Amino acid sequence: MTLASLDEHAPRRTLWRLPVRDTWLVRIALVIVVLLAIAAIAAPLVAPYDPNAVELTRRLQGPSLAHWLGTDHLGRDELTRLIYGTRVSLGSVALCIVLIMTLAIAVGGASGYLGGRVDQAVMRFCDIFLAFPTIVLALFLIGILGTGMGNVVIAIALSHFAWYARMVRGLVLSFRQRDFVLAARAAGAGRVRIFFEHLFPAIMAQMIVLATLDIGHMMLHVAGLSFLGLGVQTPTAEWGVMINDARQFVWSNPMLIVWPGLALLLSVMAFNILGDAVRDRLDPSLHGDHQH
Amino acid sequence: MAGFIIRRLLLLIPILLGVSILMFVIIRMAPGDPAVAYLKLSNIPPTPSAVAEARHTLGLDRPILSQYASWIGNAVKGDFGVSHVTRRPVIDDIMHFLPATLQLAGVALLFTLVVSVPLGIWSARYKDRWPDHLVRGFAFVGVSTPSFWLGFLLVLLFSLTLKWLPPMGKGGWQHMIMPVLAVSFMSLAINARLLRASMLETASARHVLYARLRGLSDRRVERSHILRNAMLPIVTATGMHVGELLGGTLVIESVFGWPGIGRYAVTAIYSRDFPVIQCFTLFLVTIFVLCNLVVDILYAWLDPRIRLNAEAAL
Repeated sequence: MTLASLDEHAPRRTLWRLPVRDTWLVRIALVIVVLLAIAAIAAPLVAPYDPNAVELTRRLQGPSLAHWLGTDHLGRDELTRLIYGTRVSLGSVALCIVLIMTLAIAVGGASGYLGGRVDQAVMRFCDIFLAFPTIVLALFLIGILGTGMGNVVIAIALSHFAWYARMVRGLVLSFRQRDFVLAARAAGAGRVRIFFEHLFPAIMAQMIVLATLDIGHMMLHVAGLSFLGLGVQTPTAEWGVMINDARQFVWSNPMLIVWPGLALLLSVMAFNILGDAVRDRLDPSLHGDHQH
Repeated sequence: MAGFIIRRLLLLIPILLGVSILMFVIIRMAPGDPAVAYLKLSNIPPTPSAVAEARHTLGLDRPILSQYASWIGNAVKGDFGVSHVTRRPVIDDIMHFLPATLQLAGVALLFTLVVSVPLGIWSARYKDRWPDHLVRGFAFVGVSTPSFWLGFLLVLLFSLTLKWLPPMGKGGWQHMIMPVLAVSFMSLAINARLLRASMLETASARHVLYARLRGLSDRRVERSHILRNAMLPIVTATGMHVGELLGGTLVIESVFGWPGIGRYAVTAIYSRDFPVIQCFTLFLVTIFVLCNLVVDILYAWLDPRIRLNAEAAL
C-alpha cells in the first residue's frame, strides 16, 4: 500500500491489517499485546490461583515454585493478581475509547458536517473542555459522580473527547471536499447517507490510529486514579491498586511494588510502539490534510 | 504586542465563565441530592424536614439561575463557601495547600525545560550516533513510565538502599529531588524527542542550507538558524506540559507525602465535599489557562508572523 493510494479505499483496509513497518521492536510489542489480550480474556484459565483467595499463613512470601512472583500482604498470589489486573486495565481503556469515539464522532461530526452556527457553538463548547488539564477534569468528575471504576471510565472519556471531537471536525471538513464525497453527492446521495456510508468509514480509520497512540496514555491515567484509591474497590486486582497496597511493605517486600509497575510499563510501551508504528505509516495523511 | 496581550486576556473571561457554568451544570445533573450528601457529612439522618432545611441553607430551593449568579458572584469576591466536612472556608484551605503544589510543579517545569533542551540539541547534533541512541532510548522509556511508580523506585534506590535522600515530606531542597524527577520524567522525554525532531526538520530548510553555503560554522548555524525556529513547537508543547505537570503533581504528592492540594482534593473527593471540589477545580483551571496565556504571548513574541496576523485581525 503506497501512501499516495491512501484515499477512500485504503482506510477500510487498515481496520483489518496493521500497515506498519515490520521491525523487531514492533514484533515484540505485538507479542506483548497479544499476551495481554490472552491474559485478560482467559484469566481464569491462565492464572494459577484465585485472585482473591486470602491465605494469611502464606502472606508476604518471596518467589517460589508454587508462587512464581511470591504472595502479597494477604497471602494472595502476585502473578494471579497481575494476570487478573490486565482485565481491568485493558477493559477500562477499551470502554474509554468506545465512549470517546462515540462522543467525538457525534459532536465533531455534527460540528463539521452541519457547519455554521452549530459548528461555532460546538467548538466553543469543546474549548471549555480543553481549558481543563485532563487529570483535573477527571478528578472533578469523579468527585461529583463518586468513586468507582465505571465513573473513572466516564471521567477519562469526558476529559479526552474534546480533543478527538476537534480532530473529527477537521477530518470531516477535509473529507467533504474530496472527490469520493463530491461524487456521492453528484450521484444524488443524501446527507445522512453520505455521512454514514462515505465519511464515517474514512474518519473511523483515522480515529483508530489516533486512539492506538493514546491507549498507553489512558492506561497510565486509569492506573494513576486507581492508585489514588478512586478506581476499583479493594479486593479487585488492578495494577495501580496493587502498587498502593504494596507501599506499606516497601521496606520488607519491595518487589511487590516493582511487579505491577513493570507490567504497566511494558504494556504501555507495547501500545506506544504499535501506536507510533501505525502513525508513522499514516503520518502524511494525518498532518497534510486538515488545515481549516 | 500590548494589543495582542489585552485581546488574549479578554478572551480568558468567556472561557472561565464557560468553565464555571459547565461545572455548575455537571454538579446539578449529578446523581444524588446534594442536600442528602450534605446531611450525611454532618451525620444528620436525612428526614424529609432535615432535607428541606438543608436545601434551604444550601440555597437549593432557589431558581437555578439565581443559584449560579450568587455562587459566581461570591466566587469573584473570593468566597467559595464552607467545606461540608471541616466547616472552614474553602478558600483558606486551598490557599494553605496550593503553594506547595505550585512550588513542586513550577520546579518540575523548570527542570523539564532546563534538561530537555540540551538533551534534544545533543540528540539532533549527533543524529544516529550513540548520544542520539541514548536520548531516544531514554525518551522511549520515559513516555511509558508511570510517574507514581517511578517515585517508588526512586525511594527504593535513593532512600532505602543508598540512604541519600529523605523518602517523604517537605523540607529542604533534598526533599524536592525525587518528586521533581518523578513528575517531570515524562514531559522531559516528550520534550527532548520533540526538539530533536523539530531541529532535524528545520535543519533541512532552505534558509539553513543558505547559511551553511555562506560558510557559517556548524555551531553558529545551529544556534542562530536552527534552534530559534525549532524552539517554536517546544513553546507550544510547554503549554500542554503545564497541565500534565500540574496533574502529575497531584498524584505524586500522595507518593511522597507532599503537603499539597492533591491530597486535600482526594480527601474531598472521597467525602464528596462539593464546595472544595468546585473551588479546587476552578483554581487549577485558572492557573492552567493563565500559563497557556503566557505561552501564547511567548510564542507570539518569538514568531512575529503570529503577532502580526493577530494584530491584522483586530
